[in-house]
Amino acid sequence: MAGKGRGFRIFSNIVMILLSFAAVMPFILLVVSSITREEVIARYGYSFVPRAIDFAAYRYLFMSSNRILKAYGMTFLVAFIGTSCNMLMTMFAGYLLSKRDLPGRNFISFFIFFTMLFSGGMIPSYIIWSRLMKVGDTIFGLICPNLMLSAFNIILMRTYFTSNIPYELCEAAEMDSCSEAGILFHICLPLSKPMIATLTLFSGLAYWNDWINGLYYLVRRKDLFTIQNVLNTMQSNVQFLKDYATASLGEFAQSIPSLGVRMAIAVISIIPIMVIYPFFQQYFVRGIVVGGVKG
Amino acid sequence: MKDEAARLGRQAQRRTLRKRIYKYRILYILALPAFVYLIINNYMPMVGLSLAFKNYSFAKGIFASPWNGISNFTYLFGSKWAKIMFRNTIGYNLLFIALGTVFAIFVAIVLGEVLNPRAKKIYQTLILIPHLVSTVLIGYLVYAFLSYTNGFVNMSIITPMGGEAINWYTEPKYWPFILTIVQLWRSFGFQSIVYYATIIGFDKSYYEAAVVDGANTWQQITQITLPLLRPTIIILTIMALGRMFASDFGLFYQVPMNTGTLHTVTTTIDTFVYRALMENHDVGRSLAAGFLQSILGFIVVMITNTIVRKIEPESALF
Repeated sequence: MAGKGRGFRIFSNIVMILLSFAAVMPFILLVVSSITREEVIARYGYSFVPRAIDFAAYRYLFMSSNRILKAYGMTFLVAFIGTSCNMLMTMFAGYLLSKRDLPGRNFISFFIFFTMLFSGGMIPSYIIWSRLMKVGDTIFGLICPNLMLSAFNIILMRTYFTSNIPYELCEAAEMDSCSEAGILFHICLPLSKPMIATLTLFSGLAYWNDWINGLYYLVRRKDLFTIQNVLNTMQSNVQFLKDYATASLGEFAQSIPSLGVRMAIAVISIIPIMVIYPFFQQYFVRGIVVGGVKG
Repeated sequence: MKDEAARLGRQAQRRTLRKRIYKYRILYILALPAFVYLIINNYMPMVGLSLAFKNYSFAKGIFASPWNGISNFTYLFGSKWAKIMFRNTIGYNLLFIALGTVFAIFVAIVLGEVLNPRAKKIYQTLILIPHLVSTVLIGYLVYAFLSYTNGFVNMSIITPMGGEAINWYTEPKYWPFILTIVQLWRSFGFQSIVYYATIIGFDKSYYEAAVVDGANTWQQITQITLPLLRPTIIILTIMALGRMFASDFGLFYQVPMNTGTLHTVTTTIDTFVYRALMENHDVGRSLAAGFLQSILGFIVVMITNTIVRKIEPESALF
């Protein structure tokens, strides 16, 4: 690290520049494709060089698409509700476990922890959620299964409460006849902002990027699709794009720039992530480091 | 007299227990939704695993479906896919772990050699981007490169050089490479950050001493960094091995676009379970495969945890 190898330092920078470029290169191809004229794509293929710039794909999307907008709104709604529920449950369960003299603490810890070791797998989970809880073809099918709580996050939260918040502080609050819930809301949560931000970011990302719940639980109600479900269905079924369009466009649908539109929807789906990412980058890195070393 | 004291002691204990429960009553209530959720989402499916030994019918439900012993399993192993999915799941995992670890360590060391903090932050930010997007989106990125008629590789590289366009999505022989490249591309940033965080935590005085002794950068890497990294490498590798029977459904289902001709090289336990259930309505095989994945996964996690606890107790899960 503190070596004197100047050569190695230059080499390092070159390698990192190449790797950074490799990481973003496919996205450049995606964006360029989405603004290239349809005939040009048909002739030259998807390319890094926009031989003829044309925003037809986006124009088309915004013209036809109540449905695209609706899918977009759906994604936001699902991510918002899901992440809020996730964070509330994580904070409350984590706080409960952080109480050292809590009756039943060992049992509760084990109860939460065991879900990290053993899982019933996809099918029993599917049967429980669809048959017993009847979330199929409702918005709850997108929100509830699997993503709403993770035992690992509860444990991270608990550890943060026990190790970063001075015990004396809670004790003092108790002396001042602050209730247990009051301590949580007035002392512990405000002091845990970094951890809360990190977990919120990861939960929000998980919801934003999820398409598996839609794949399993939205069988008939295509109108509840999130943007990822739209992308997913369009990938395996080109006809879907046309069906998706014809409803509102009539004969104009014949001329959909389908090669570009696919890419345009894909671009739109990542815009919110790319917009918030620079602001949350530090939390993202922190989350990876905390999560990577354990589990 | 003694009995009396013990009785009073027990009573006091009960009183304080009751008092403590009373003191935390609000907290129990606040945490209740989390427990209910875990019961529904995690514990009830564990009970549902018993379905692997039943002839499940959606009409009869979990409890009323009749038992049928191990016939789901014999039926599963009667199909050629049983062997294929286990081979693929384990094979790809081993390949990803080996290549991913080496690559991640390389990137972490190289990143550590970048001194300009601004440049370092930019590199870090950029190499993490692939980790931010969904596997569906990754499927689109791959498609933009590999589409037969419009893909970048065919249209801008192979054909202009006079080659014959390759129909990537129908040729199984390419996919082990494609999937490995996609997996490495997606995960190298994120994995290297974990190693990088370990490296920057090392005691600087080792390196200072090495410089005084005239060690060059290469010697510092091989003599200091790598030996210090060894415990982290071992722990992370063992933990990755603990997930040997799991696979990323999106990578193996979405990226190859669930193409039938590619199934021999893209079927893992997760994609098999999905296809058997949702596409072929073959619940028995699906349940048997899912059961094996859960049980084997649990066994491997227990074994790896025991090993980790021996090597480095504070990294063990429990």
